[in-house]
Amino acid sequence: MPATAPLPARQEGLRKFQKVNDVLERYGWDATNLIAILQQIQAEYRYLPQDILTYVATALGRSPSEIFGVATFYAQFSLEPKGKYEVRLCDGTACHVRRSIPVLQAIREKLGLAPGEQTTKDMRFSVETVSCLGACGLAPVVVINETVYPQMTPEAAVKMLNEINAREDSAQ
Amino acid sequence: MPHMKIDGREIAFDAETNILQVVRKAGIELPTLCYQAHLSPFGACRMCVVDAGARGVVTSCTTPPEDGLEIRTASDRVRRVRKMALELLLASHDRNCLTCGKSGLCKLQDYAERYGVETVRFFNPTDEVKQPIDDSNPCIVRDPNKCVLCGNCVRVCYEHQGMHVLDFAGRGANVTVSPAYGKALADVDCVYCGQCATVCPTGAIQVRGEIDAVTRALNDPSKTVVFQVAPAVRVGLGELFGLPVGTNVEGKIATALRRMGADRVFDTNFAADLTIMEEATEFLHRMETGEGLPLFTSCCPAWVKLAEQSYPELLPHLSTCRSPQQMFGAVVKTYFARDTAQDVADIVCVSVMPCAAKKFEARRPEFAIAGQPDVDAVITTQELARMIRAYGLDFTSLPDEPWDQPYGESTGAAVIFGAAGGVAEAALRTAYQQLTGEELTRDLWQTTAPGETSREAEVTIAGTTVRIATVNSLAAAAALITRMKAGEAPYHLIEVMACPGGCVGGAGQPPHDTLARRACRAQGLAAIDHGSERRQSHRNTAVQALYAEHLDTPNSHAAHETLHTAYASRRRIEESITLEGGGPVMVEVCVGTCCFQQGSYATLQKFGKLLRQHGLDDAVALSATFCFERCGQGPNIAVNGQVIENAVPERAEEIFRDVVLPAITTADACV
Repeated sequence: MPATAPLPARQEGLRKFQKVNDVLERYGWDATNLIAILQQIQAEYRYLPQDILTYVATALGRSPSEIFGVATFYAQFSLEPKGKYEVRLCDGTACHVRRSIPVLQAIREKLGLAPGEQTTKDMRFSVETVSCLGACGLAPVVVINETVYPQMTPEAAVKMLNEINAREDSAQ
Repeated sequence: MPHMKIDGREIAFDAETNILQVVRKAGIELPTLCYQAHLSPFGACRMCVVDAGARGVVTSCTTPPEDGLEIRTASDRVRRVRKMALELLLASHDRNCLTCGKSGLCKLQDYAERYGVETVRFFNPTDEVKQPIDDSNPCIVRDPNKCVLCGNCVRVCYEHQGMHVLDFAGRGANVTVSPAYGKALADVDCVYCGQCATVCPTGAIQVRGEIDAVTRALNDPSKTVVFQVAPAVRVGLGELFGLPVGTNVEGKIATALRRMGADRVFDTNFAADLTIMEEATEFLHRMETGEGLPLFTSCCPAWVKLAEQSYPELLPHLSTCRSPQQMFGAVVKTYFARDTAQDVADIVCVSVMPCAAKKFEARRPEFAIAGQPDVDAVITTQELARMIRAYGLDFTSLPDEPWDQPYGESTGAAVIFGAAGGVAEAALRTAYQQLTGEELTRDLWQTTAPGETSREAEVTIAGTTVRIATVNSLAAAAALITRMKAGEAPYHLIEVMACPGGCVGGAGQPPHDTLARRACRAQGLAAIDHGSERRQSHRNTAVQALYAEHLDTPNSHAAHETLHTAYASRRRIEESITLEGGGPVMVEVCVGTCCFQQGSYATLQKFGKLLRQHGLDDAVALSATFCFERCGQGPNIAVNGQVIENAVPERAEEIFRDVVLPAITTADACV
């Protein structure tokens, strides 16, 4: 039990749990709305915590294994905590031929991610590839949270990360 | 009647729901990995493909038959498609067949040979990275590296057992079959019925073996090895040696076990008769007082575990009788040891069971005396067959020998324990005689038809109508309990067996089981019953002698000590959600289904508010948890582990003042 977390962070728990119940209420406690429910929960927590999934399963009268199956089927759901900045690099055909992989390598190297690791230890960044963002004219594309970064190069990607880091560091 | 043309022959069809059934009726054995007659068709393995001409190559298990349809089962096209599907299945399959427990019994291995797959051209990911094997429990071992994703285990667990412990997880090449969150079976609410292993076509799910422990005991001259053999085993084992399904091979089993070095070869049927003496008495007592009705049987360990996990409110309805396996173990370790003047530590009790969950039951801590289990090892029908082969015994030519005495005597009532409906029927025979002084002459029901998962019957005993139900599926049990709670199922006696057809269809029985084979075995047991001179447990003279010498009467104090047990609820979900605060005092609010409906969420919110009002976030850790197993008295909360019932929102402030605040003061004093 985290005994030393700062007070506002601790009160988050109950507020978020209330959100989960609001979401379930809005969707009529109906398991046919499961995907929408999971999306809303992920919007709140930035990932799908296991205990919350178990709660959703219990509340919807379904088995946790079924909810887990749905949550792991869709790439949009994450069962691991994600960073504050979610870096999505497009590796669809157009971006791939315009050299998206060197961009990915540069980003991962800059963030010091070990092979298989998605999120930085300070929880600031997560990195994943997606199959197509529908912006092939801007290839190769990186999207960070809601911001689109077109025609990326390894150098531009590192610069962009530096900017975010500088912004975050000064905010602290 | 409509017709189909199969390989040039006209075949009439009628009630068949898919082409596969029609083809099999025509005497052609199409291969299947994912088809199970008692489960929904799935069409995943592509083994049963047939050539439907212009319609292309279709999976016969998911295509309904049509009048005039022409199909070919071995055209070049079909052979090519099937062989390719096999090669692709083998591509990601851990092909260490020689060291696999399913070797020789594996469908994938059989088909690869039968359809001539001579090479696999693709890279095998299991050569590089193996997924971890789940051997977390005493009953079932899961090896995902051997899984072909046929989904049989997922469907049997959900459709037949209503458990839904297993499901597909992941996507594309990364799909696996897994319990929730990739947990081990021991950490989820699996009841170890093992039906997943029964329907698994490969070695991906197997019943855990414990032959080595048995052979070690047999080779140890200081040990007296005492065997007991369950009723369903005698009509299942023969199949593994080529005998007709349902053949009673009990005489050969007794001989085989003696030749392997068993000191005593007894019959679990003896303990089944003993169970009936206890259970019928218990039932009559409950009928008299009207308390604890309906009475649920407790012989099936998978059902008992389910009741403890999911129906704690029904535990007072469960018969307190131990199962025959455990009654036998207790009698051996208590009275056999005393009568033969042996040290209990030198007796090894081995049971041969048709069941996976019996391995779990034997390890339950309450079935042990001073840390020594009453039943030391449990082997299945399949394991016994393997031992017979390993000892080099030519099973079919073995002579028939009788069981040892005194625990070798049994009646027809005991042998039907092995099939659905049998326990209830046996109990009724004795209850009827005890009340009326006469024997019940008619059978309660004929053997259960294949695929029939629930039945009911009525018997009038001395003017009272007794209503009995039997189910042989845990999904059917759940449905019955739902009806019961709605007041629509006024039964007096309910028998629950987890496996299709009862114990004859257990997970320890021969592999790749079918409903028809299970029904044949049940008929084999019924034939033994009908051929028995004595068909009622109270006429077992060895059981009578045991009462006269040691136990006094059924349900006596001594009988309760040795033959009965008690149940405790098990927490189904271990998780809890940390919500707010930290600090020495823990407040947990149950948000499990029952408590939630009774308003626990509002209670939780009130607590959150009160903590903030009093500025006590530092002192109290608030969390939501799933079950305190007191669903009847919800909403439940726990303060430092002490459960407070009926914690309705209106009482939140009172509980906060009277329980939480003093707990904080105490905690402060400690610091």
